[in-house]
Amino acid sequence: MFDISLYSFQVYWWFIVSLLGALFVFMTFVQGGQTLLYTLGKTEDERSLIIGSLGRKWELTFTALVMFGGAIFAAFPLFYAVSFGGAYYVWMAILFAFIIQAVSYEYRRKPDNVYGERFYETLLFINGSLGIFLIGVALGTLYTGGNFIVNEMNLSQWTQHSYGLEALLQPFNVAFGLMLFFVSRIGASLYLYNNLDNQEIASRIFKTLKISTTLFLPFFLYVLFYMLLKDTYVYDATSKVVNIESMKLLHTLLDNPILFILLIVGIVLFLYSIFIALFKNNQKAVWYYGFGIVIIVTILLFIVGIEHTIFYPSLSNIQSSLHIERASGSYYTLSVMSVVSLLVPVVLSYIFLVWRSMDKTKMTIEEVKSDHHHY
Amino acid sequence: MENELALVDWSRAQFALTALYHWLFVPLTLGLTFIVAIMETIYVKTGDIWWKNTTKFWMGLLAINFAIGLATGIIMEFEFGTNWSNYAWIVGDIFGAPLAIEGLMAFFMESTFFAVMFFGWDKVSKGMHLTSTWLVALGSNLSALWILVANGWMQHPVGMKFNPDTARNEMQNFWEVLFNPNGVSKFLHTISSGYVLASLFVIGISAWYLLKKREVLFAKRSMIVAASFGFLTSLFLLISGDESAYNVAQKQPMKLAAMEGLYHGEGKAGIVALGILKPEEEILKDPKHPFYFDIEIPNALSFLAHHSADAYVPGVNDLVYGNEEHGIESVASKMQKGKLAVQALTDYKKFKKEGNDKEAKIALKTFEKYQHVMGYGYLKEPTDAVPNVPIVFYSFHIMVGLGTWFLLLFIVVLYFSMINEIENKRLLLMLTVLTLPMGYVAQEAGWIVAEVGRQPWAIQDMLPVGMATSNISTTSVQITFWLFAVLFTALLIAEIKIMFKQIQIGPEGGH
Ligand code: HDD
Ligand code: HEM
Ligand code: HEM
Repeated sequence: MFDISLYSFQVYWWFIVSLLGALFVFMTFVQGGQTLLYTLGKTEDERSLIIGSLGRKWELTFTALVMFGGAIFAAFPLFYAVSFGGAYYVWMAILFAFIIQAVSYEYRRKPDNVYGERFYETLLFINGSLGIFLIGVALGTLYTGGNFIVNEMNLSQWTQHSYGLEALLQPFNVAFGLMLFFVSRIGASLYLYNNLDNQEIASRIFKTLKISTTLFLPFFLYVLFYMLLKDTYVYDATSKVVNIESMKLLHTLLDNPILFILLIVGIVLFLYSIFIALFKNNQKAVWYYGFGIVIIVTILLFIVGIEHTIFYPSLSNIQSSLHIERASGSYYTLSVMSVVSLLVPVVLSYIFLVWRSMDKTKMTIEEVKSDHHHY
Repeated sequence: MENELALVDWSRAQFALTALYHWLFVPLTLGLTFIVAIMETIYVKTGDIWWKNTTKFWMGLLAINFAIGLATGIIMEFEFGTNWSNYAWIVGDIFGAPLAIEGLMAFFMESTFFAVMFFGWDKVSKGMHLTSTWLVALGSNLSALWILVANGWMQHPVGMKFNPDTARNEMQNFWEVLFNPNGVSKFLHTISSGYVLASLFVIGISAWYLLKKREVLFAKRSMIVAASFGFLTSLFLLISGDESAYNVAQKQPMKLAAMEGLYHGEGKAGIVALGILKPEEEILKDPKHPFYFDIEIPNALSFLAHHSADAYVPGVNDLVYGNEEHGIESVASKMQKGKLAVQALTDYKKFKKEGNDKEAKIALKTFEKYQHVMGYGYLKEPTDAVPNVPIVFYSFHIMVGLGTWFLLLFIVVLYFSMINEIENKRLLLMLTVLTLPMGYVAQEAGWIVAEVGRQPWAIQDMLPVGMATSNISTTSVQITFWLFAVLFTALLIAEIKIMFKQIQIGPEGGH
């Protein structure tokens, strides 16, 4: 039919995975909101309002994470095997943090819920803080690497018995995790500002938004400059031998001005959203934020996979490192999955439509109270 | 990379634990989403507000169940990587696709429209709300489709080819994977089992109300909807169960032998309807008589397995030690060939690396000749090819026995509901309440048949479980196993208590 090269499919799938990762990061405003529950909601009713608003979105965030895993499994099975099967403790901790989220909304206020309301709120807090932080750490390892070897049969093994916990010792990974934590709170502030009709909460939102932004920026700048300027593993296109190149990711950006411009656009949108929320009281800010953050994260993930860059460096044996050509599924599978990927815009558009019709009017405490089914 | 036994066993235990927990919640979602969709349709058609409230009540219970279904589901998705990473590489090229499609097609549909279903009553039009409810039902059943396509493929791998250069299996034909007869029958049987469970759930709770003389109208009407649904679907459940058994007989004869406790193969084989197995040592001495006592339905097994009353059905011993008369190769012989295939693959890689193309080609020829039994090359003893017979045998019989009982119960309940006598039949009502937990027993038993029965294979004849695990320490799996056991149990307790409380409050009480 069409003559598409294997490499094009690999790049395309790396792009899809990056996009899914970025959509997930945007959706973590749910987690950010969970950690701000007591900061923004001072009364029982206010907290119910916040939970009610987040509660209509949390499953999408959850599903985005599941989808991210599924897409990696289908498109880059070697990465799925190496990373999940080796950085075992980190991934398991992340999963635990999400397991406890899933029941908490529904069970928090139900009579006879055994452990009490505060218990479920604590679970939501753990999910929003530890869960997001660890996901950041795990994403950080795409830039800093892991301690694995892959043998000639492509079966992998981790060389350290801390199984992924050693990633916590890398300042970059930790900064990545904290950056994600604060950005989720920025997202939460903007989302709740948009979604709720409540003066008291809105005034507290301004305060947290300022704090979160101030704390976010240094981590973001550190992460950005560190990753662009650091020595990076690359591989030779024909021999597949892995080497080190300095400032590789910066070169990728400069060689691909579109990506570079997009990144700038993303950053501008992101800053603009915070600006108009704080100084223009613009409740639509969350949309600018959404587009901004999705563009930024997509680009930052995308560049680590393309232009013969190693997207998962091995610290144990440089030649074991993973690149998209080595880690990907077969030509046939990638092409089948590419047809399936045409569903992505369909899914995104029905989510958008449903979201719009559900959020036509802003939520109030009265509405939450009168709703038959509430969290 | 052969892994140590303890690691394999703990990984299996953890997978079994999490899957069995997940399966406590999934079948109810599969069926109840349909039942509430039917109820809401009645509401929209008649405009009767009473049906709206009834729908909302069952939806409330669905939400409690759904939440914990998600909690236990997310771990399943990632366990293929965390605990079965060799597996994830060796078959990920085929297996990953249905999982990803499931996420994209099914999970997003469920989670998007779930919010409308619960919070959209006053926000969207009636029609849009009803559509959302039906889409949630469709989404949950689509998720069953894709995951069962994946599972069916493990039982009967099709549509792929081993690529010696990457040392993994690669997909060749997506449609073969999707329309794998094993996957199709699994899907039909499993979703209908979900419908049956949800029907048992609705009639069980309704029966409880009637026993308490509460919510009488609500209970009687709910019972009619659910008993009709249950009657139809349990008929279908039996038919699809028969189809599943037929597929097992064709593709996994060892599993079938274990299901029937059949050690010594025979023509005109009968089905043991009820029986108590002797201990293994005694059976080995006298494989023709493995039971202390049994009630047999003559010729039924031959018919079930091969749709012919006098067809030959091989037993465990025939499959292990071979049976020349019926052209069955022994496991020992397959192991020998399998070892040749494993060696040839190693040689091929070596010669390839050295640039010795001629030798590499020869090695590849040998490999291709024996590749269909490569998995056997990793077994240690011929008896490793036998699953745990008593577990499979009893689980199978429990499932089938209960399935027959459910059908009967639905008929009787439906009859007495129709003639409006049901509230006076206290014994029947009590039986109906007690049958609800039995629905869960049948569900779990079914998966134990399917999954324990396919041991030692992760992928039938291709990849034994021992080869499939991640190369991590046993301790790390033990830690997570116990964490899961504690966490899931704690959540289950909360779920049950909340559910009971909501039932006690009842449809009139609201939340
Ligand atoms: C309410 C639950 C329930 C009931 C009453 C039945 N089943 Fe079942 N059965 C299941 C729930 C289930 C299940 C949980 O859905 C399984 C597990 C794996 C699968 O594909 O479906 C299953 C598996 C399963 C298998 C194994 C399939 C495989 O290994 O691939 C067979 C042969 C049957 N069933 C046959 C039957 C027959 C002949 C039944 C009735 C007379 C029956 N089942 C009733
Ligand atoms: C939710 C319903 C399911 C239940 C209750 C279930 C049950 C089980 C059980 C009891 C075992 C342990 C068998 C043993 O080690 O003796 C097992 C193993 C396993 N099952 Fe399932 N299973 C389910 C669905 C699936 C599906 C849909 C898949 C694949 C798509 C799957 C893949 C596996 C794998 C990979 C193992 C581990 C390897 C093994 O021991 O064979 N299971 N499952
Ligand atoms: C190893 C196999 C399995 C995996 C990897 C798996 C994965 C998952 C995941 C990730 C979720 C959460 C979905 C979300 O984010 O919305 C989930 C829920 C669900 N799964 Fe599974 N699952 C498995 C077995 C099964 C089986 C065998 C079925 C049905 C036949 C099934 C049906 C469902 C359904 C209907 C839900 C919706 C939630 C609920 O029921 O409460 N799953 N599963």
